[in-house]
Amino acid sequence: MNINATLIGQAIWFALFIWITMKFVWPPLQKAMADRQAQIADGLAAAERGKHEQELAAKRSADALRDAKEKSADLIAQAEKRAQQIVEDAKGTAKVEADKVVAGAKAEIDQEVERAKQSLRERVAELAVAGAEKILRKEINASAHSDMLVALKQDL
Amino acid sequence: MSADGGTLTTTGYIEHHLTNLAVCADSAKVDGVCTGFWTFHLDTLLVSGILGLVVFGFMALMASRATAGVPSGGQNFVEMVVGLVDQQVRDTFHGKSALVTPLAITIFVWVFVMNAMDLIPVDFLPTALQAATGNHHLPFKFVPTTDPNLTFAMSLTVFAISIVLGLKTKGFGHFMHEVFAVPFGLKLAPINLLFRIVEEIARPISLSLRLFGNMYAGEMVFILIALLGLYQLPLALPWELFHILIITLQAFVFMMLTIVYMSMAAESH
Repeated sequence: MNINATLIGQAIWFALFIWITMKFVWPPLQKAMADRQAQIADGLAAAERGKHEQELAAKRSADALRDAKEKSADLIAQAEKRAQQIVEDAKGTAKVEADKVVAGAKAEIDQEVERAKQSLRERVAELAVAGAEKILRKEINASAHSDMLVALKQDL
Repeated sequence: MSADGGTLTTTGYIEHHLTNLAVCADSAKVDGVCTGFWTFHLDTLLVSGILGLVVFGFMALMASRATAGVPSGGQNFVEMVVGLVDQQVRDTFHGKSALVTPLAITIFVWVFVMNAMDLIPVDFLPTALQAATGNHHLPFKFVPTTDPNLTFAMSLTVFAISIVLGLKTKGFGHFMHEVFAVPFGLKLAPINLLFRIVEEIARPISLSLRLFGNMYAGEMVFILIALLGLYQLPLALPWELFHILIITLQAFVFMMLTIVYMSMAAESH
């Protein structure tokens, strides 16, 4: 073991390599590693944010779905009610119409009856007159009893 | 490989493997071996320098292309290593310093790749180099961390940085107060100073000797296994596998202790 001037040379090499590492190796690597760390942290934060937003969106969509369901149920109920009302209305209208028709028919029938009665009345008078004529032809003068016959006709 | 005259002796083989390729002025040589202080171990300097340039060049390239997006395979690998070291620094060092993390990265990566040279079988590279140069007596140690010059250079640099960091974060007055008044108070200032000096000297010595000792011993075991001829085959593999653990652990320990020393220097007692 002999110590000699090699020591000085080695110290120079050592100093040179420390300088190279300090100047050219460590700073860029440190920067690259720190930057990458920041990037990864950003990415993780973004992922977290995305997840949160997704949760919110899911909540929102569930809300919207529930609203739509409620609205549609309302609409259906309303429609049913309306349909029922329409049916009721139709029923009413039909009844009124039917009543009208029935009333019309009744009136017509009454008229017919009246007319029939009228004609019958006429005929009854005629028949009575004819009958009476036949009777009276034998006994009395027609003209003498016409006032009585008219009064009779009025009574019918 | 052969020590002299083509005959291979065990001692010669081991000695040859433990000899650095040294250059020095001729006047400093004794029996052809450099003994003076102004000796340079070319193998240590070259291997550690080339490894460092390659690996830190690669890391700087990857860092320059680094993006915050999806990283490439190379960037990912570098980031993994750097991230591991950075995590240790964060856990241990609580002060603010732009130097500590790069320092720890440099130590971990550099020591690891230098230690990893130990995993290449002991005769491969020296034999290849001897064949290439034509000099069959050329010594060349391929594991720079088995040279105490390297480990001491690193630990002394760490020591110097820790002193500077202490002065910078605490200020001169507080630093001096700590030197003279901790742990026994100002009345026992000389003893405190003595304690402090022992502590400060012990750190770089233990730091460098730990790495050197582990790697030197591991290399020695590899050399001894290589001496066994064919029997080395069942032995070299388990030691190699075990050594993977050691080289990583030693790099980690050197880095970790450096961070601890830095945090002790920066924090008040």
